[in-house]
Amino acid sequence: MEAGNIVIILRFSDEGGGFSLRNYIIKRVIFSIFILFFVTLTIYTLIRCLPASYVETMAMQLASKPGAKPYEEWVAQLNASYGLDQPILIGYFHWLSDFAHGNFGDSWRFTVPVIQKFREVIGVSFVMGAISLVLELVIAIPLGVVAATKQYSKADYAISASALVGISLPTFFFATILKLIFSVKMGWFDTHGMVGRNFAQLDAMGKFLDQANHLVLPIATLTIVSVGSLMRYTRTNMLEVLNADYIRTARAKGLSEGKVIYHHAFRNTLIPLVTIVGGSLPGLFSGALITETLFSIPGIGFTSYQAMTAGDIPFTMFYLSFIAVLTLAGNLISDILYAVVDPRVRLS
Amino acid sequence: MSRKNGAAGEKIPGSDPKDRAEYTPVTYDPQYILMVNELKKYFPIKGGMMSRTVGQVKAVDGVTFNLKRGTTMGLVGESGCGKTTTGRTILRLSGEKTGGQVLFNGREVYDLSNKEMRSMRTKMQIIFQDPFSSLSPRLPVGEIIGEAVREHNLVSKAEFNDYIDKVMDNCGLQPFHKERYPHEFSGGQRQRICIARALALNPEFVVCDEPVSALDVSIQAQIINLLKELQEQYKLTYLFISHDLSVVEHISDTVGVMYLGNLVEYGRTEDIFRNPLHPYTKALFSAIPVPDPNAKMNRIVLEGSIPSPANPPTGCKFHTRCANCTQRCKEEAPVQREVEPGHYVVCHLYDK
Repeated sequence: MEAGNIVIILRFSDEGGGFSLRNYIIKRVIFSIFILFFVTLTIYTLIRCLPASYVETMAMQLASKPGAKPYEEWVAQLNASYGLDQPILIGYFHWLSDFAHGNFGDSWRFTVPVIQKFREVIGVSFVMGAISLVLELVIAIPLGVVAATKQYSKADYAISASALVGISLPTFFFATILKLIFSVKMGWFDTHGMVGRNFAQLDAMGKFLDQANHLVLPIATLTIVSVGSLMRYTRTNMLEVLNADYIRTARAKGLSEGKVIYHHAFRNTLIPLVTIVGGSLPGLFSGALITETLFSIPGIGFTSYQAMTAGDIPFTMFYLSFIAVLTLAGNLISDILYAVVDPRVRLS
Repeated sequence: MSRKNGAAGEKIPGSDPKDRAEYTPVTYDPQYILMVNELKKYFPIKGGMMSRTVGQVKAVDGVTFNLKRGTTMGLVGESGCGKTTTGRTILRLSGEKTGGQVLFNGREVYDLSNKEMRSMRTKMQIIFQDPFSSLSPRLPVGEIIGEAVREHNLVSKAEFNDYIDKVMDNCGLQPFHKERYPHEFSGGQRQRICIARALALNPEFVVCDEPVSALDVSIQAQIINLLKELQEQYKLTYLFISHDLSVVEHISDTVGVMYLGNLVEYGRTEDIFRNPLHPYTKALFSAIPVPDPNAKMNRIVLEGSIPSPANPPTGCKFHTRCANCTQRCKEEAPVQREVEPGHYVVCHLYDK
């Protein structure tokens, strides 16, 4: 979810007549491919320039063995075998050609095919992301609606203040506080990892509960640090709608307050909400790098953190391109959803 | 607006008995559908550290008139004089009133419970000024018009569709318009939707809050004539708020002139237009353009601008701009008096 901060804005809404959703999507996809090309080129160049070189680390280990070749020779040999002796641009096109053929290569750090490692770790990230998204929606939307309908009341101030606290809390700080309170002082949860020390001895139900127990703090962290912005977003949009003239019309009709708020006001608030939530759906697969790393949860975020620090180019390239695709898909989905939920944009 | 200002808990002037005694309660006279007596609506001005109430905007400051069943009363005045707030306060659409009485068919509107108020709303409707923002963009027209009809069970399910078609037809809309959304209509058509929406509830009384101000001049006449036809057909009573004096003269049986929250003059349309009494009315009516290039216009130009309703002048509120201002006008607020039958004015000049 933290990866969702990479925002690429691409809109063609100012185009004139002849607007058709299909043409629009085709155009957007073509542009997305262009963007993807430049994004991956940038990422590849950056990775090649990083000081954390897998080859150097490995050559150092090999050279320190008794009777081994000197370090320089190992570096030259390894560079050749990993394809790092080529210039960056050529290396990039090699990578691109493999990528386009669906060949993502083997991870250097994990010594298995990238796609196999990805399959192993994506599950837990998705579960964490999905649960925290559901929690966010369940907490943020009702509270945002309450804050807006009771604007300037004590409830509104309490909700807005806690939203601000949530937004302002850095993930690493908040996660550490949670660990201190609930793991160290209370002893309810382990500080890190996916399974407890006696995991192997547990039955199926016990294994499930043990894993669930280990996910409580990471999910709480993810939810709390991101619930605030959705809450504020709901409140702002709801307030805007509640002050609209047609809400006065609805009251003048003699509708009950509940109908006015939920049928008229909330439905209009849903348009921006659906757009933003729809746009964040691809983010479910991107993992949460900071949170997973802090809690040592073997999800896609933590795994790619390990890959990056080890200078594992195939895995890092795969992960970052994957994030770029997800971000582009998120933007596209939110724009399409906008057309779907708003009758003014809907196409006949 | 209504939400912020209607906030419960703060002390509302007029809510304690001392303030209530400022007016003599009127008793119900069945010939009047609406009796408004010394109606007041103040909006608090929040300021300071703790957003305390530091002052009040006296938007409506003692308005008194009676409205006969089946007639139209025009309410005129310059921008910001409280016309719209008067209309909304009568319909209990801007929070609680500050003081005075609003008797609709003999019942105090502000004494009704929420449930009674909701069913009473079918009898008293409003057409808003802006036909663009007053229709929900998410609802199709059929739902906008029919929603409240269904909510209040005004017609049976079987008749519902025919009923909506009939109301729409009366307002010059076609049945196939039901599926469409408000943004697909022109301004005039949208105002027809607003009218159909109000009339679908079969009201007795409709506040028309500048219903034609936002429209093209060519469409204005259509809408005015539509309102007149519907009035005959449904036996409606209108409170027609406008700043367009020619429109008001055309549609109204009686006219009220407002200045800074007060109704300064009120009477039959002919009386008001032929024989305006209040100095403000005289100035206002001298500004009506005459369609004759050779006519000599005797315009009375008022000095200065309208004072702030948050800090209105003492005595007669008009004294700062009045040509006939006396010492008494500065000190003592005039009361409403009947100068000729059915013609009321609030001015010291007519005290003798």
